[in-house]
Amino acid sequence: MKLTLFVPCFVDALYPQVAVATVRILEQLGHQVEVAEDLNCCGQPAFNSGCWLEARPVAVRVLEKLRDAETVLIPSGSCGAMLRRFYPELLAGTPHEAAAQALAPRVFEFAEFLVEKLGVTDVGARFPHKVTYHDGCHSLREMHIHRAPRQLLAGVRDLELIEMKQVVCCGFGGTFSAKFPMISTAMGEVKCTEALATGAEYIVSCDSSCLMHVQGLIDRQKLPLKTVHLAEVLVAA
Amino acid sequence: MSERNAILARIREALRVSATRPGAHAAPPTSRAAAAPVSRDRPAGSSAGGFARWLPRVGAGFDELAAAFAAASKELRTDFHVLEHDAGADTLLGALRDAQGWQRVASHRDPLTTRVAESLGLPVLWTEDGYDPLELERCDVGITACDLLVAQTGSVLVTSASAGGRALSVLPPHHVVLARREQLVPDLPEGLRRLQAKYGEQYPSMISFITGPSRTGDIERILVLGAHGPKHLTVLVW
Amino acid sequence: MTAPATQFKAAAKTLAADLRHRSLIQTALGKYEVKRDEMKARFQDWEGARQVAADIKFEAINHLDRYLEQFVARIEARGTKVHWASTAEQARQIIVGICRDRQARRIVKSKAMTAEEIHLNQALEQAGFKVVESDLGEFIVQLRDEAPYHIVFPAMHLTRGEIKDLFDRKLGDAPSDNPEVLTMVASRVLRQEYVAADVGITGANFAVAETGMISVTENEGNARLTAALPKTMITLVGIEKIVPTLADLALFLPMLATAGAGQLLSGYNTLYGGPRQPGEADGPEAFHVVLLDNQRTALLADAEQRDALHCIRCGACLNVCPIFRNVGGQTYGTTYPGPIGSVITPHLRGLQEWKHLPFASSLCGACSEVCPVKIDLHHHLLQHRRTARAAKPVWWEKLAFRGFALLVNTPWLWRLSLAVGRVGQRFHGLVKGTKLDPAYVWTQSREAPALAGQSFKAWWRERGRGTTDHGGTGPRDRRPGTRDQGPRVTSHESSRNDPGVATKGGTAHE
Repeated sequence: MKLTLFVPCFVDALYPQVAVATVRILEQLGHQVEVAEDLNCCGQPAFNSGCWLEARPVAVRVLEKLRDAETVLIPSGSCGAMLRRFYPELLAGTPHEAAAQALAPRVFEFAEFLVEKLGVTDVGARFPHKVTYHDGCHSLREMHIHRAPRQLLAGVRDLELIEMKQVVCCGFGGTFSAKFPMISTAMGEVKCTEALATGAEYIVSCDSSCLMHVQGLIDRQKLPLKTVHLAEVLVAA
Repeated sequence: MSERNAILARIREALRVSATRPGAHAAPPTSRAAAAPVSRDRPAGSSAGGFARWLPRVGAGFDELAAAFAAASKELRTDFHVLEHDAGADTLLGALRDAQGWQRVASHRDPLTTRVAESLGLPVLWTEDGYDPLELERCDVGITACDLLVAQTGSVLVTSASAGGRALSVLPPHHVVLARREQLVPDLPEGLRRLQAKYGEQYPSMISFITGPSRTGDIERILVLGAHGPKHLTVLVW
Repeated sequence: MTAPATQFKAAAKTLAADLRHRSLIQTALGKYEVKRDEMKARFQDWEGARQVAADIKFEAINHLDRYLEQFVARIEARGTKVHWASTAEQARQIIVGICRDRQARRIVKSKAMTAEEIHLNQALEQAGFKVVESDLGEFIVQLRDEAPYHIVFPAMHLTRGEIKDLFDRKLGDAPSDNPEVLTMVASRVLRQEYVAADVGITGANFAVAETGMISVTENEGNARLTAALPKTMITLVGIEKIVPTLADLALFLPMLATAGAGQLLSGYNTLYGGPRQPGEADGPEAFHVVLLDNQRTALLADAEQRDALHCIRCGACLNVCPIFRNVGGQTYGTTYPGPIGSVITPHLRGLQEWKHLPFASSLCGACSEVCPVKIDLHHHLLQHRRTARAAKPVWWEKLAFRGFALLVNTPWLWRLSLAVGRVGQRFHGLVKGTKLDPAYVWTQSREAPALAGQSFKAWWRERGRGTTDHGGTGPRDRRPGTRDQGPRVTSHESSRNDPGVATKGGTAHE
């Protein structure tokens, strides 16, 4: 299977290790990975801000570059949701609507792809820590990813998964975190309280953007927690 | 009439553009035209009784239904008793009268209630045309018949026709319901079906599903019984 | 910023940081969630029930004209007088007029959000009537002279201590702060009102077209009494409350209670089809139903968001909304707070003035997930944002997103900006967290993430050229003074120092 990896802008710039880990796991499973090297962003910040006119050129370029991609893989549920779920909406009524609808079924988030498409739940990783899992809202509710990351975590040796009591947003929400910083921060604090209550050392997620927000709070408030992307856990030995 | 016509005209104008069905999940505006035309038929599965398969499961036969009603009553803090015969009601209510110190009873004339209310040996206010609500407010207990009991939810269905008007079942601090075994139905769909069958087009002006004693959680979400209506609900079936 | 936006931001800032408020609401709604899940689990198929309920409301709303006419014909046939009000002002005039005609002095009301929407109490009081709210929570907020905090739990933001103090001041004496004692204090006051009132006013949860009845859901029995004792009964109903058949209530009543309050069925679910009928012992002599439009037809005309009229006002979306839970109901400054309020308020009161509400959302979608009638709430917030910006663009925002589009769509420019950013972030510490900080909106409460020493794509290109084999450690930070923090799997925190990734099996596959 030919895999095209779409590395979102913030993963490229801030969390390259997540994309590296993704590549390693896929290669280890015997797949050839191609990187969409000149793609950086899905256009979600503008889209979520209501600036659909500004989001469209970004989306159109993504559609063009991925036109021939057989399977598109994104190590971010949120960006995946943008491509799969929101492009058809963003481009409805434009000449690109058909292309958006054609791309949607070829887009996968990383954990979802491993479990649902490849049937892989054990990549031989070992991570001797207590962790809790954070469902990114887009992963959970737009991509309907719930089981896959948990199955992958269950396959990791010496890892203990402790679920949080509430499934709740981390408060990031893209530009929301800048437009309403105090609400966003309060939500993040609730998230951290939930995570701390599990006694976990790490918050694992398939969404680096959520983790960026949570880690920002952890660092500021010096909380005994760390955040890590699922892909990084899966390359640990 | 003019506002009526104006509102209806605005509605008809608005409905000239059709909407997508629920669950289509924010389908793009342009695909609206391509969406299935709005059907004037009733949606599938919503015919009377069809709802039973989504609602909580209930058993069949009097014993199972009574057990379900009892389980619901326990949660709701309804005092529920299945009796052998109506004399049992006299004994049970006599004990309640003594325990709670009832002074005045309110009830309505009904084959089930009249004899039982009189058996208590207390003054009885009958809620008939021209009764004084202030007097009812001073009564300790209201004894009523009912239309149905719903096992699924532990509800008592009363109407202004079957239960002595609107206030009797809700103003006194203790509401006693007397019912016959055949009045116990499995679930809400069946309850509404029976109601329609019983009254046809001649519905009483008030129809009420009473589910447990009056309750509130308005202070710190802590349950308090007897907020305005009855603090105690006793249901006797024989 | 519009006045409502300024007010919202200021109030939100205060309450979001109020830990006492946070813990009160988290506790209250935590209890609710446990009960709600327990009740949902009793349904044989909750998800199936949601779809059917949504379909029924879809049917009703998309044939609203027909069902309204049917409802009116049936309820009038039993002696009810129906009034139609296009605006809030008309509805107030109609209700004040009825009270005057009946020579009323005292009015008792059961909880009705439509009455809050049209500010009915103020109008009645200005006209000289004494109005008492009979629902305990509403009674409490009426004594405090404030708007309900929540559409189902009006006083959930108050502690028992605050309520005791309130009763002490307003009612004379409250012997303790025990909720039961406080409830009985209120109940003693209110029982006198039912008997003395000339008019009882209620809202409605449903209006049944087939049989011409309104349906009122409550737990306390206050609405039952409001509809039993006064000589005149008035019900204010939004036109969207229609359901086609009586049988539909078998589904809607338990779903309303489950989603809204974590109960299988609320304490009293009561249908009223007319005034006192011949042969009945009591009940009002006159029954008036006021059908309220007040911009509902404008929302109906927006086919994209028409499903917002499916709402049964259960409050489930408020209960799960992390925004609502952190800023509280009164912060919104609207009749309907929470996600449903952020969707419908722009329709009811103007998008440009209220667009801050759709923007005040992380779009997490918890609301849409719990809505018992499947309203696509969070996507409607997105659509509001789109419509608001299309009608009135913000120049600097357009410019910023155009710039950003150029940046991410031009690979060399992206690389250049990362390089510049790496240099720039060395100096971030000088201003970080101060108002001079360009990232202040973030850094006032959170640490900013750092750019990695080497981007993924730079690593990928090097690896492709075979010039660098990182042996599985990935891009490394080349900033001076970098410490290696040690953990073999890096957390997002340590990534600024060690973006490397440890792998097992070394470079065997390379």
